[in-house]
Amino acid sequence: MKQQNLVREIFSGNAVIPIFAVLASFLFGGILIAFANEEVQQASGYFFSRPGDTISAVLNSVFGAYDALFRGSIFNYQASSAEGMIKPLTETLAYATPITLAGLGLAVSFRSGLFNIGAQGQIIFGAMFAAYVGLSFELPFLIHMPMAVLAGLLGGALWGGLVGLLKATTGANEVVVTIMFNYVALLLLTYLLKTPVFQAPNQVNPISSPVAESSRLPGILGDGFRLHFGLIIMLAMVVAVWWLMHRSSIGYQFRALGYNPSAARTAGINIPLTYILVMAVSGGLAGMAGASQVLGADRQLTVGISATFGFDAITVALLGRNNPFGVLAAGILFGGLRSGAVLMQANQGVPVDIVLVVQSTIVLFIAAPPLVRSLFRLPKPKAVQA
Amino acid sequence: MRLELKGITKKFGDFTANDQIDLVAESGEIHCLLGENGAGKSTLMNVLYGLYQADGGEIVLDGKPTVFAGPGEAMKAGIGMVHQHFMLIPVFTVAENVILGHEPTKALGFLDVDKARELVREISERFGFDIDPDAVVGDLPVGVQQRVEIIKALISDAQVLIFDEPTAVLTPQETDELMQIMRQLKDEGKAIVFITHKLREVKEVADKITVIRLGKVVGQAKPSDSSEQLASMMVGREVDLSVDKQPAQLGEASFQVKNLTAFSAQGSKVLDDVSFEVQRGEIFVIAGVQGNGQTELAESILGIQDKVSGSIKLEGKELLGRSVKNVLDSGVGFVPEDRTEDGLVADFTIAENLMLDRSDRPPFAKGIQLQLKKLHEFAEEKLKSYDIRAQSIFSKARQLSGGNQQKVVLARELSRDLKLLVASQPTRGLDVGSIEFVHEQIVAARDSGIPVVIIATELDEATQLGDRVAVMYKGKIVGIVSPETPREELGKLMAGISA
Repeated sequence: MKQQNLVREIFSGNAVIPIFAVLASFLFGGILIAFANEEVQQASGYFFSRPGDTISAVLNSVFGAYDALFRGSIFNYQASSAEGMIKPLTETLAYATPITLAGLGLAVSFRSGLFNIGAQGQIIFGAMFAAYVGLSFELPFLIHMPMAVLAGLLGGALWGGLVGLLKATTGANEVVVTIMFNYVALLLLTYLLKTPVFQAPNQVNPISSPVAESSRLPGILGDGFRLHFGLIIMLAMVVAVWWLMHRSSIGYQFRALGYNPSAARTAGINIPLTYILVMAVSGGLAGMAGASQVLGADRQLTVGISATFGFDAITVALLGRNNPFGVLAAGILFGGLRSGAVLMQANQGVPVDIVLVVQSTIVLFIAAPPLVRSLFRLPKPKAVQA
Repeated sequence: MRLELKGITKKFGDFTANDQIDLVAESGEIHCLLGENGAGKSTLMNVLYGLYQADGGEIVLDGKPTVFAGPGEAMKAGIGMVHQHFMLIPVFTVAENVILGHEPTKALGFLDVDKARELVREISERFGFDIDPDAVVGDLPVGVQQRVEIIKALISDAQVLIFDEPTAVLTPQETDELMQIMRQLKDEGKAIVFITHKLREVKEVADKITVIRLGKVVGQAKPSDSSEQLASMMVGREVDLSVDKQPAQLGEASFQVKNLTAFSAQGSKVLDDVSFEVQRGEIFVIAGVQGNGQTELAESILGIQDKVSGSIKLEGKELLGRSVKNVLDSGVGFVPEDRTEDGLVADFTIAENLMLDRSDRPPFAKGIQLQLKKLHEFAEEKLKSYDIRAQSIFSKARQLSGGNQQKVVLARELSRDLKLLVASQPTRGLDVGSIEFVHEQIVAARDSGIPVVIIATELDEATQLGDRVAVMYKGKIVGIVSPETPREELGKLMAGISA
């Protein structure tokens, strides 16, 4: 009996559903890979005379693809040099940096009961602010770089905080506002990149000059790798967010608002102010993701600066159960999928889109815990005694 | 008809909700099942109604052992249930609700609503219910909705009727009327099982009483037994039902409400020129049927009621127009009516809930850094001094029983420096033991020399606890009387008839 309870407790714990959701998505992805594979299609044409051919083709295609995914994202054991072997992991972490930073921001807002889906716009604002500081000044590195990063934080915090302000004063729904704000931010960026504010001199393309050397996030491990100081900032933020949410009075009030706004109000917590703070913190973290891209990865401002990080971050926050360390794990997983997909396509001819499908099915499975439970025959979480 | 439960046992995991329970219900008899919240009354009835399957024992109907696979079979066998939370569809009419599940049909399967209307009218007349079959259920008062539930049970020709805590939502008048209906049903030869934890009602209508505690039958009682005897059986120890309090040591009137008027978001007047004063060391009870402005009054004091004018003064300081935080910091302790909704964060631990209103200041925070060690010491101390039954201070509030949840709220509110205590229905849904405890705490707060305002919907509580009783009706105070005022008179005031 005791043991059964223990098993139950583990399985109703927070990490189980996400882990199994990921597993299920990979299984599903494997099926798609097999179906899309030409050899499998050919072999299945004579399935009934030689079924072994189909089965081995299926296994070859799936294992080949996932092997490539592994080599492209974690450790390339086929590489000729040590550098080449660890390169995939550094790529994964480089991708993971902005996704995790933005994911942390969203986790803060989700935990506080606000559905911020405006990370995309907040990343853009952070990137613009950081780029402005990076382009406009010549300062010593120790001042310039931190200043540019803080500018990114400020940009995102303003853009996010504005949503909080609108919600606090007019009751505007944050979901609708953040969606619209994503468009506003992108269009503003596109416009500014065609004006002298950002556009590089003698350029026809909407692209800025490289940011000043002194404002850049320095590389880690040297020029052969894309990994940069943004990773350290990201890791520091994981800890900072954990501290904020679980060890500070501000985070305590955020959580109180998220779990039960009426009780928070009755206890005298200033709800409108908390809305603004939550959105500012959330946007600020996303803004840092933008800064990390401009100052560390791209080193210049482009229209595509935010890629799809803001949307991936939503999944990352959900997959990480809004827990900072969970978000980190989910961010690395997504970084790995992204970097591994490249090799998977180059090596095995598996379309990059398969990775997108895997990512999307993860969302689907997380949103449907009963489905995951029945798939893996997990016990139901213990019902709460009324 | 004779219904017999023999040795019913029902387990949920390790927890035994019902342990070898015997119960007999016979035609023309009201059998009360008395027990505290969580004693296993509802579980037993759900076993009988086929919602749960028993792990042991049997149900015997007129001498034949029976098994109900679901409520449908129980209904067919002639068992009807009036649920604590009504199982009605608010947008349907009375007639539509009543036939739900066994709709009479005409040729080609068309719904025979006329027949349904006819049936409703017939039963309604027989019992003097005065119900319009075409009224939409959502528009009816709760008391009338309950009658619809009863009609629903009668229409399927139930011979055994189970009433699960039926008076929780009723006014004193409606309760009296329900008792009358139960007697009438009994006279028609129905067997009635009446589940409750309210002693007054038991003594009034019961023919037989079975008391259960912690899932076991602890004995039979007679309606002629005293309330104290019944309560001790129910709780398992000596219980003092009267609120034990010394005469009030009155001080100056430090809490004054003047000409308080408020409007709802829809523009209707919810508070109408309310004025009163409460002295230090006095418990001022605001009685009345729920929904007559009490909630708005409490929310006005706390500062979350919009569109309110007038004046609320505590020790000369105007509270109206201040933020909630400011009001609380002025020394107002507030126990909300709905503790799970407004009083607690269910997903927070006990410790976290204890600092809900003061997470931003010493001793619980230094700057913005939470002082968890201090909080945990504080929580350990409160867990002991308030006898909060929980595994630890890290138990989630949602895992606690209602009584223990309320203790957490009280521990928090009473541990500030109070100049006023406002408690809205502080014992709603609590068991006898917890009620006793909550009352003691409230009296202790009064005796510490602060004014206390209690909002009560139960008359017994109002008269036992209060030093003065104000009755609210439609947003107005229709009378401020002594707690010794006869029940009937208070009942009249609650119905808006001023003396």
